[in-house]
Amino acid sequence: MKPAPFRYVRARSVDDAVAALARDSEAKVLAGGQSLIAMMNVRAAKPDCLVDINALSGLDYIKVKDGGLAIGALTRHETVKRSALVKEHCPLLAEAYEWIAHRAVRNRGTFGGNLCHADPASENPAVALVTEASFVLKSAKGERTVAAGDFFKGVYQTAARQDELLIEVRIPSRPKGQGWGFVEVSPRKGDFAMTATVVTLELAGSNVKAAKIALTGVSDRAIRLPSVEAALAGKPATEDLFRAAGEAARKAINPSSDFHADDAMRRDLASTLTRRALTAAKSRCA
Amino acid sequence: MNKEKITVTVNGRKHEKEVEPRRLLSDFIREDLRLTGTHVGCEHGVCGTCTVLVNGKSQRSCLTFAVMADGAEIQTIEGLGTAEKMHPLQQGFWEKHGLQCGFCTPGMLMTAVELLKENPNPSVDEVREALSGNLCRCTGYQTIVESIQRGAEIMRGGK
Ligand SMILES: Cc1cc2nc3c(=O)[nH]c(=O)nc-3n(C[C@H](O)[C@H](O)[C@H](O)COP(=O)(O)OP(=O)(O)OC[C@H]3O[C@@H](n4cnc5c(N)ncnc54)[C@H](O)[C@@H]3O)c2cc1C
Ligand code: FES
Ligand code: FES
Repeated sequence: MKPAPFRYVRARSVDDAVAALARDSEAKVLAGGQSLIAMMNVRAAKPDCLVDINALSGLDYIKVKDGGLAIGALTRHETVKRSALVKEHCPLLAEAYEWIAHRAVRNRGTFGGNLCHADPASENPAVALVTEASFVLKSAKGERTVAAGDFFKGVYQTAARQDELLIEVRIPSRPKGQGWGFVEVSPRKGDFAMTATVVTLELAGSNVKAAKIALTGVSDRAIRLPSVEAALAGKPATEDLFRAAGEAARKAINPSSDFHADDAMRRDLASTLTRRALTAAKSRCA
Repeated sequence: MNKEKITVTVNGRKHEKEVEPRRLLSDFIREDLRLTGTHVGCEHGVCGTCTVLVNGKSQRSCLTFAVMADGAEIQTIEGLGTAEKMHPLQQGFWEKHGLQCGFCTPGMLMTAVELLKENPNPSVDEVREALSGNLCRCTGYQTIVESIQRGAEIMRGGK
């Protein structure tokens, strides 16, 4: 199949783009196109109007600002993957990128487009939840910031309104001593996750001070597991505790089945990957 | 439907054309420019056979609209070598039997060109990682990996 016809607008600036989105209530942003064009090719998406933001300058950057990273929405995946600043300030994100897409897709796909696409098996939303990132949205009416916990709303659904452009994602820097873990199983490396677990861990002596756990691929969106996190706090950070957390994760989720993995398999993965991610995180608490 | 005017340079030749915004770069290359060496398999980004280089970087031509390539420099498989004067990677594929039906080959080659630009002597694991987005239904990949390593060897000056 081929994409349905649409009107094409090439935005030259952020103001240009938000004006075009405000003008036409059917308009949709076209970033790297690595999800949107694929959906248009099978006519799962038939937008009337596309606002192409690829010619826009000033949204492609990675900076350190206010104790964290500020990543422009149009920064290509491959740029984020190779960034020394990302490795230094958010090694968890750098590690997630070992699993995200393939080179040709990463050359073109954008960090912002990936988060706005909100695929339920995507890695970055889980990283955003655990790092408590925030999203800067701009429209002709003004700017607002949305916390990661409020951003993902369901399959391909986010808090961004039709007339809003994601311009920047802010990720707090890793606190000193915080360990991190990212473990994934996917049908082919570089494809969406069957299940992935993302954690951060802080210790006080040999006990858990704080743990954050998010899973992707087990719900209609990436999810945090607050009850599992709370049960870890204050306890000795042992392999037994991490195994118990894995078992708790198995019970805390309610995954659906598809041709890649059924409900039982996803629960098994959640259990094993949570234990492994916590173990990896502990080894990095320094 | 209204059309957009675009200018693209493909394998060193400049083309000015009018295209519908929904025209995929893959169809533009194959149908408007009649360069049918670039293949189309899945048309949703999964198989990699449509891979071309846009401004030197690998890209899925099925996941790009031709209008988005306005002003770009594109290299397709036709720009790599000829039957008389093969590119070292083509020579490698020929020597090591890197293809059977040949459907995946244009994408494999363009992907490998990018790899060798950055890494002239890749290990088996590095080649496999680079090829993770390219599917082959015939070879089992073993000979493709060997072909790329052989191509790399020729490019480094080996016989
Ligand atoms: C073979 C293959 C494998 C892949 N593997 C993975 C994987 O392992 N993990 C993964 O996470 N992804 C994967 N992807 C998807 C890839 O990461 C996409 O790049 C990404 O999901 C979308 O980013 P994009 O820039 O291409 O956005 P587009 O496709 O252009 O847009 C996606 C959606 O976001 C909206 N949008 C884009 N930018 C903005 C913005 N700035 N403001 C508001 N709305 C915006 C669009 O309107 C659209 O609805 C894969 C894709 C392919 C083809
Ligand atoms: S045809 Fe483009 S990736 Fe399959
Ligand atoms: S040689 Fe037939 S698909 Fe690769």
